[in-house]
Amino acid sequence: MIAQPVKTRGAQWYEVGQYALLVLLAFVFVFPIVFMVVSSLKPDLQLLRDTGSLNAFLPIGDISLNNYAAAFDRAPIPLFIFNSVFVTTTTVLLGLVVNSLAAFSFAFLRWRGKKLVLSVIIASFIIPFDAIAVPLLLLVNRLPWIGADGLVTGWLNSYHVQIIPFLVSSFQIFLFYQFFRDLPFELIEAARIDGASAFQTYIRVIMPVSGPVLATAAILRFLDMWNQYMWPLMVTQSEQYRPVMVGLQYFFQLDIAWGEIMAYLSLITIPVLILYLSLQRAFITSIASTGIKG
Amino acid sequence: MSTRQATSAIATHTRHHSATFERQEALAGWLMAAPAIVLILLFLLIPFVLAFLLAFTNQRLISPNPTEWVGARNFESLLTVRTLTLEPLRDDAGQATLDEDGNVAYPRLREYTRNNPDYPELDGMQEWFSVYSGESRTFVLASDVVFMKALVNTILFVIVIVPGQGGLALILALLINQKLRGINVFRTIYFMPVVVSMVVVALLWRFIYDGRNGLLNTLLGFVTLGSFQPVDWLGDPATAMPSLMAMSIWQGVGFHMVIWLAGLQNIPASLYEAASVEGASRWQQFRFVTWPGLRNTMVFVLVVITMQAFSLFTQVHVMTRGGPLDATQSVMYQAVQRGYDKQDISGGSTISVVFFMLVLLVSMVQRYLTRERD
Repeated sequence: MIAQPVKTRGAQWYEVGQYALLVLLAFVFVFPIVFMVVSSLKPDLQLLRDTGSLNAFLPIGDISLNNYAAAFDRAPIPLFIFNSVFVTTTTVLLGLVVNSLAAFSFAFLRWRGKKLVLSVIIASFIIPFDAIAVPLLLLVNRLPWIGADGLVTGWLNSYHVQIIPFLVSSFQIFLFYQFFRDLPFELIEAARIDGASAFQTYIRVIMPVSGPVLATAAILRFLDMWNQYMWPLMVTQSEQYRPVMVGLQYFFQLDIAWGEIMAYLSLITIPVLILYLSLQRAFITSIASTGIKG
Repeated sequence: MSTRQATSAIATHTRHHSATFERQEALAGWLMAAPAIVLILLFLLIPFVLAFLLAFTNQRLISPNPTEWVGARNFESLLTVRTLTLEPLRDDAGQATLDEDGNVAYPRLREYTRNNPDYPELDGMQEWFSVYSGESRTFVLASDVVFMKALVNTILFVIVIVPGQGGLALILALLINQKLRGINVFRTIYFMPVVVSMVVVALLWRFIYDGRNGLLNTLLGFVTLGSFQPVDWLGDPATAMPSLMAMSIWQGVGFHMVIWLAGLQNIPASLYEAASVEGASRWQQFRFVTWPGLRNTMVFVLVVITMQAFSLFTQVHVMTRGGPLDATQSVMYQAVQRGYDKQDISGGSTISVVFFMLVLLVSMVQRYLTRERD
C-alpha cells in the first residue's frame, strides 16, 4: 500500500473538533425524537418525573408497551391511520397523473391559448394556500356531491374534501414541465413519426423516463399531505374522516395521559422516519432538485 | 380544378393530413391540460377572487339572513389605528395629580372611546400601547388590538426566521459539504426533523419548554451546575414568541440545508482551484467564489422561508393558542379563528386578503432587492 500523506497535528485536531461539532449538532436534532420514543414506553408518573433529569432520554425504569395498548383502547387509531394513508396515497397518485398530463401538454403539444394558461398557472405560485383557505371553506360547503345518499350539498366531513382541492399543484406542473423540456426532443419526434397519439407518447415514451421527477413530486406531496393540519382541522369535525394529525385531539379530551400521547406520536412518526431512512437519498435529492433551478 | 388537384395530390394530401394532425394535437392538448385547468380554477382562482369579494360582505358559513355588501367596513374594523394624546389630570394649582401608585394620572380612556359625541371616530377602539412625551401621554388605539398584535408578531416572526433559518442552514450546509468520512450520516440526521410533522414537533417541544420540569430547564440547570433559574418558556409573554421561533428554525433548517448543499455542489471545482492558485484565504474564497455562486439558491431559500414563515399557524395552535396575553397571536391563527371557529367567513376572508397583500408586498420588495444587477 502507498503511504498516505501524514497529517499534521493541527490538521488532526481540526478534524477531531469538526467531528465533535457534528456529533453535538446531531444530538440537537435527534433528542426530541429519542425523548418521544423513550417516553412512550414509560408510565405517566415516571415520564413526568424523568423530564427533570437526563433519564428522560434513557429507556430505564418501568418499561412496557402498555401506553400503546391504552392508546389503541382510547382512540380509533387504525381508522385515523387508514384515513391518512388513504387520503395521502390517493392525492399523491391522482395528483401525479393530473399534473404530469398537464405538463406534457404544455411541453410538447401545440394548442391555442397554451401560453396564456401556462403563464396564469405560473403566476398562481404567488397565492399561498393559507390565503384562500377561508373562502375555500365556504366554497366546499356549498359544492354538490353525488355519493351513496344521492345528490348532497356540501363537502365537509368526507374524504374528497381532503383530496380533490390538493390534486393540482402549480408547483408540480412546473416541476414536470421543466423536466420534460430538458428531455431530448428526438424522443418525441420518433414517437410522432411512428404514428403514436399524444396519449400513447405520454404513456409509452415519457412516463418510462420520468422516474426521477415522479419520485420528487411524490415525495414532496407525500410530506405535505401526511403532515396536513389546518385544512383537515377545518373540514373534518366528525372523527370518521379525521387524519392522524387531527386525530391527536382525541387525546386531549378529559384526562390527559402523556404516555399515551407519546405512544400515538411515535406510531404516526416512526413509519415516516423509517420510510425516510430507507429512501433518504431519494428524499434529499427531491428537496435538492426543487432549489437548483429556482 | 380537378387537374390542379391531381398535380398537387401529394402536397394536398400531406397538408390535409397535417391539418387533421394539428386539430388532433390541439384537442389532445386541451384534454390533457383540462383536469389541471378545471381544478386550478375551482380550488385556487375562484377562492382567491372570492376572498376579495367576501371581504366586502357580511357572509357567514351558515346564516339564515341574506348576504349583504358592507363596503370597506371589515377592513376598517380590522385595521383602523388612531392616536389620542392626553394631558395629565391637573389639580387647581395646575399640578399633575398622581394615582395611588404614584404615577401621573390621566383621564380615563373609556371616556373618549365610549359614546363620546366629541370623539365619534374613537368609538369602540381600544388601547394598543402608549408612549410618553414630556408630561403628556399618547395612546395608540386600534379597532382590533388582537389583530394588530398578530400582525406585528407575524412580521417579527418572519424577520427572525428568514435570516435565522436561512443563515443556520447555510452554516450546516458548509459543514456538511466537507470531505469527511461518514458525513452523509450527519446530513441524514440534520434533515430528520423535516419529515416529522410540525404537530408532533410542537407537542414534543411543549415538554422541552415546560416551566417546572421541562427538558430545556433541566439541561440549562445541568450545564450551569444548578445555578439556572427555571423559566416558563411558553407561559411568559417575553419568551413565548422566541421559543416558537427557535423551535420553528430547528424543525425546518434541514430542508434549507439540503437546498444550500445542492447550490454548493453546483459551483464548479475549477473556480476554487483558480482561487487557491491566486492564494485566496478561506474567507476570500467564500466571499468571492462561494457566495456569488449561491446567488440563485439564496433567492430561492429567501422566498421559500418567507412564505413558510408568514403562514405561522400550527405551532400557535398546538402550543399556545395565541397566548400568553396575545404574545403569540399570528395572522393565520386569527384567520382560522374567525373564518372557522367563529364561522365568520367575511372576517376570515378580510384577514386572508390582508395576508395575501402582505406576502405579495414582501415578495415584490425581495424581488427588487435581489434583482440581477449588471
